[in-house]
Amino acid sequence: MDLKTLCDMQGISGREEKVRRVVRDACVKAFGADAVALDGLGSVIATRKGSNPKKPRVMLAAHMDEVGLLIVSATEEGLLRFRAIGGVDSRVLVSKRVRVGYDTPEKPSLQGVIGAMAIHQQTAEDRKAVLPIEQLYIDIGAKDKAEAERTAPAGTLATFDTLYTPFGEGCVLAKAFDDRVGVYNLLRLLDAPYEGDLVFAFTSQEEAGCRGAVTAGYRVQPDIALILECTSANDLGETPEAQQVCQVGQGVCVSFMDNASIGNADLYRAMLAVGDQNAISHQIKQFVSGGNDAGAIQRSGAGSLTLALSVPCRNIHSPACVCSLKDIDSQEALVRAYLKSI
Amino acid sequence: MEELIRKLTAAYGPSGRETEVADIIEGLLKGKVDSIRRDALGNLICEKKGTAPNGKRIMLAAHMDQIGLIVTHAEKEGFLRVSNIGGISNANSRMRRVRFANGVQGVLVEQPLKPGETSSLRAYYIDIGAKDAAEALTLVQLGDVAVYAEECFPIGKHRLAAPAMDDRSACALLVSLMQDLSAIKDTVIAVFSTQEEVGCRGSQTAAYSVEPDIGIALDVTLCGDLPEDHKVAINLGEGPAIKVMDAGSISNPELVQALLAAAKRVKVACQREVLPYGGTDARSMQMSRGGMPVCTVSIPCRNVHSAVEIVDLRDMDGAKKVILGYLKG
Repeated sequence: MDLKTLCDMQGISGREEKVRRVVRDACVKAFGADAVALDGLGSVIATRKGSNPKKPRVMLAAHMDEVGLLIVSATEEGLLRFRAIGGVDSRVLVSKRVRVGYDTPEKPSLQGVIGAMAIHQQTAEDRKAVLPIEQLYIDIGAKDKAEAERTAPAGTLATFDTLYTPFGEGCVLAKAFDDRVGVYNLLRLLDAPYEGDLVFAFTSQEEAGCRGAVTAGYRVQPDIALILECTSANDLGETPEAQQVCQVGQGVCVSFMDNASIGNADLYRAMLAVGDQNAISHQIKQFVSGGNDAGAIQRSGAGSLTLALSVPCRNIHSPACVCSLKDIDSQEALVRAYLKSI
Repeated sequence: MEELIRKLTAAYGPSGRETEVADIIEGLLKGKVDSIRRDALGNLICEKKGTAPNGKRIMLAAHMDQIGLIVTHAEKEGFLRVSNIGGISNANSRMRRVRFANGVQGVLVEQPLKPGETSSLRAYYIDIGAKDAAEALTLVQLGDVAVYAEECFPIGKHRLAAPAMDDRSACALLVSLMQDLSAIKDTVIAVFSTQEEVGCRGSQTAAYSVEPDIGIALDVTLCGDLPEDHKVAINLGEGPAIKVMDAGSISNPELVQALLAAAKRVKVACQREVLPYGGTDARSMQMSRGGMPVCTVSIPCRNVHSAVEIVDLRDMDGAKKVILGYLKG
């Protein structure tokens, strides 16, 4: 499965069915239907039985869902009011194109655009203010409230309307790199050599609070879990180096701590050593922020050793996320090399 | 007790890096309990089997970890940027001597504030005397954690001050208690837990695998006997506190009564604690699996989350008597 297809797919938290379908098919093809489970929250859990029971049971996890928008009502004029699912900065939304509803063979999604007051009408104060999401509207060209409610009733989802585009020196932009890069690499790792049990968990609802990982972690009960993620690269403009978190193009990010978990200290050092020994481009995440499935998996059941390995991403959680293909490859390479080392 | 506190507060062990503390405690309890094991999160789990086949399983939890400052970045000039592990107070950290696991020492400095600017840990750095980033990173690596370097010292007749009294004083209490505990009908599992300061994480997995019927956390609590600071009705030196409630858990009322009754039997004056903030390992224990009655026995402590946390040895001896009294029934 190529990265473009995965990123262009619609899959907001709780509605990951499109991603789930392709992931499940790929896992069934690789390991057979009996090895692939769907849990109650919609995570896909594929287990590759190992030949050596002395080896630790390793879980590789990536979340299928992306952030997005949820239609809540329509105005008299036929504009759609909406709220965010997951962390969306309202400043990235104004005048962006969105797809309202999920594409199906019978019915394509609707074109929408997020509107706000034109610059001509803004006062000097208006121009300084950040418009909250409550003051933004999606325009689907409906003539009135009745038509808007008929075509996009409350509960309809909207995704950013961005197609995967390579540009510059090995860079790509798309929506949903967080965490389709992890999903992409997990699928590439289905054939990774390892003698122990290897469990691939494609989790749901990470952006809504790491919910899928709670139940997936409970079911898998791994000894070691590696979380393949995407993290914010704040390496733009005047940002002091100490707050850049990581830099695009410098390799996969190894994380000692975020707000949801402290990476296991031995695993952290082992991972850096594997990176060094195999000359795999990697960097240390130099800021404590965010949180991911590692927190939920670490503390599921009797607990496990966890570590997050993240691809740096500029403009994360926006319609135009930017990653480096080399960084994406280094995430896959580091996990593959780590599995060889244990 | 004093020697145990000195030994345990001298150990290095911020959240996620508790191995040194666990090693010391394991040495102190080896041969005094029936089994000792560690789990994936680093919890040290020491079990003393009960004599009755239908006895209860009682988990006593004291956390090994202390708050700290994790190195996130080395500036070109050799200064280390940090993020907090647990509830670091900027005011309590300014110009403090700190140390790392490998013995490297430094001072934690706040950059001058610009007018109108509020204090932020982003404007703090650790100076370890390095001339540039390259030299700094030969001494300390990204992800290494600094803790307050102050040593334990006596203060007044009955009191000791040290960093990490939260919660090594309770670890000392639990070690001493397990050393003295003779066989009783119930099984007692002493859990020296990890990562409490970042959200009671270690006790969550420990409680899951221990599967206790009753959970009692041993932790410090704030004092309200300070100038201009009377937020809580707890006084240092007036006895251990039985927690009725904090922001993380409501103690089981029967368990509170049972502990207060035990205090009466062993003639130890107790204080009743209602803390409008915070939380202890009782928080995660109460919601483990199908749930269990929980309570916290608190050691009153002044200046919690500072380099000079003060406890009173009489409160600690009292706490030990109360818990032993409760366990013996």
